[in-house]
Amino acid sequence: MIRYRAFFHGKTDAGLSRSRRAGKKSGVELAHERFKFIRLFFVLSIAALLVLLTGFIITLGPLNISVADAYSALLARFWPDYFHVETLTSRVVWNIRFPRIVGGIMAGFGLGICGCVMQAVLKNPLASPFTLGITAGAQFGISIAAVIGVSIFGGPYFIIGNAFVCALFCSLFIIALAAIKGATSENLVLAGIAVNYFFTAISQLLKYFASDEQLRLMTNWGMGDLAAFSWANSRLLLAVFVICFPLLLSKSWDLNIMTAGDEAAKSIGVDAEKTRIFIMIVTSLLVATIVCFMGTIAFVGLVAPHMARMVIGGDHRFLIPASGVLGGLVLMSADAVGMNMIAPTIIPTGIMTSIVGVPFFMYLMMKGKRKEFWT
Amino acid sequence: MMIKLQAKDIIFGYDSNPILENVNFEIAPSRLVTIVGPNGSGKSTLIKCIDRIVSPQGGSILIDRKDVTKMSRMDVARYLSYVPQSSVRIFPTNVFDTILMGRRPHIGWLGSDGDEEKVWDVLRLLNIERLAMSNFNELSGGQQQKVLIARALVQEAEVMLLDEPTSNLDIWHQLDVMNIIRDVVKKREITAIMALHDLNLASTYSDRIIMMKRGRIVAAGDPTSVITAENIASVYRVEAAVRNLSDRPMIMPLRQIKG
Ligand SMILES: Nc1ncnc2c1ncn2[C@@H]1O[C@H](COP(=O)(O)OP(=O)(O)OP(=O)(O)O)[C@@H](O)[C@H]1O
Ligand SMILES: [Mg+2]
Repeated sequence: MIRYRAFFHGKTDAGLSRSRRAGKKSGVELAHERFKFIRLFFVLSIAALLVLLTGFIITLGPLNISVADAYSALLARFWPDYFHVETLTSRVVWNIRFPRIVGGIMAGFGLGICGCVMQAVLKNPLASPFTLGITAGAQFGISIAAVIGVSIFGGPYFIIGNAFVCALFCSLFIIALAAIKGATSENLVLAGIAVNYFFTAISQLLKYFASDEQLRLMTNWGMGDLAAFSWANSRLLLAVFVICFPLLLSKSWDLNIMTAGDEAAKSIGVDAEKTRIFIMIVTSLLVATIVCFMGTIAFVGLVAPHMARMVIGGDHRFLIPASGVLGGLVLMSADAVGMNMIAPTIIPTGIMTSIVGVPFFMYLMMKGKRKEFWT
Repeated sequence: MMIKLQAKDIIFGYDSNPILENVNFEIAPSRLVTIVGPNGSGKSTLIKCIDRIVSPQGGSILIDRKDVTKMSRMDVARYLSYVPQSSVRIFPTNVFDTILMGRRPHIGWLGSDGDEEKVWDVLRLLNIERLAMSNFNELSGGQQQKVLIARALVQEAEVMLLDEPTSNLDIWHQLDVMNIIRDVVKKREITAIMALHDLNLASTYSDRIIMMKRGRIVAAGDPTSVITAENIASVYRVEAAVRNLSDRPMIMPLRQIKG
């Protein structure tokens, strides 16, 4: 009888709640507090790790730069009065090494959060921009834009716009497919592979007929890797991030609820279909922009959310930022290894992430047979 | 708050296959109502129609004379909560976070201590506090059912819809859950509508029973008038003995009626 009382007199019982907060907490309440602390601590510490690793990776390369010099070079830009470095060091840091790292972080961050929210709205642990063929769609959009001719419509907006439209088309195709009864996670990934092959084939076909100028456009846009990243295109990328990231983060609660299934989501006030389409539109835009500037980077979007989920559980308020930061960490580390392992030969970013990602992907497939992931 | 629920001429079918045909009823505030009927008679479908998880093709559902079919999703969730028969989660989520989701119609992005306090209160009420940090997928069917009921309770809606909330529970927990729901109905003056297969449980706890067959209501009223040998014979095709036990009819199924 005692346990009922606390509940039914909800408001008048504030006193009771307060005394509990002030004094004796049960073991499980303490465990919950600890869990909340670890969750926050994890997000903050991987963010810190990102900063530390940036400094470390800058030191890697033919020119010797110490960690202290690396940070000084970065900070000297903003506070030239307090930090001093040699001009050469500053040039190498700002023109060669740091842009590539920033590119890696941005691409990894974007792909990480895209994978995270896609997995939630499709309730599919194998979902990611690459495995569902959305990057291939964007890639295809670039090829088409190149063939139609950028000069007619002017500039990067047309290419990115086209990549976005094609990526969106793929996303809607996936949503439609997922709505069909009995379509399993594996089915969707198979469809993604089919889409991948199809668009790659068409892109190749277009190359075959393309003029030199069109070919140059195609390779400049989307076929590159992190080497293609420059400060000039960071602005547009940053703008897209600044729009998309808050939009996705604001949907955290709805995403939490969507993983419980559409019916449950509706009964708690979340319009499942609308949310799914909204999320897929936003991710399509992000993915298209990333593919335009850095090309197809496989598996980061798949791996990062699972890593985050293992540690901090399913709350997207934390999961989205954590997936992003982990995506950035994974990509910048993989790229640093690729750059320096057998220097001066550079292993392209996409190859490195696939080497890390494919075994992981296989592992998920195997685990999925038992219908549980990380449980 | 006192609330009255009305269903008027609800018509529903999956792909033009009629399931519900002109369902009408009215429920006074602060009542516990059960829907009984054979498998496939449309109990779950009716509950989903009321919560607009599926959209009825005709008719209307009124709460306090406001039409549910014209409300936004979030408003529907403020008036109605729903406990599904079961639920699978692909990604691991702990029990606490699962229940906290029920607060969605009331909270901002940050959430608050008050909301968490409400989750703890419900956890204690249902006696599952010690499961708070367990993974929902690793609970037994009955424990999961209690968690889903808890999620609906923190939603603090005026009308609670429950689809066979006791199907996975042992007899002790069946009584526990039914008692809790009855008490919530009385103290918060809300309405609970639940689909139930156990006729004796329905008879013991209901203020009113709605009996369905093939998408139609064939009998509705207090337990004594609905749980009769004749109704059970015609709706379930089972010959049953009905006895009164402290003013409530109790049934003992005897044999199937063949042909
Ligand atoms: N998603 C669906 N698509 C098509 N038909 C459905 C669907 N869900 C239910 N039905 C059909 O609607 C009818 C009513 O089903 P409903 O689930 O409402 O029955 P019920 O009374 O809840 O049965 P039970 O006691 O077995 O839970 C059944 O004939 C069923 O085949
Ligand atoms: Mg049912």
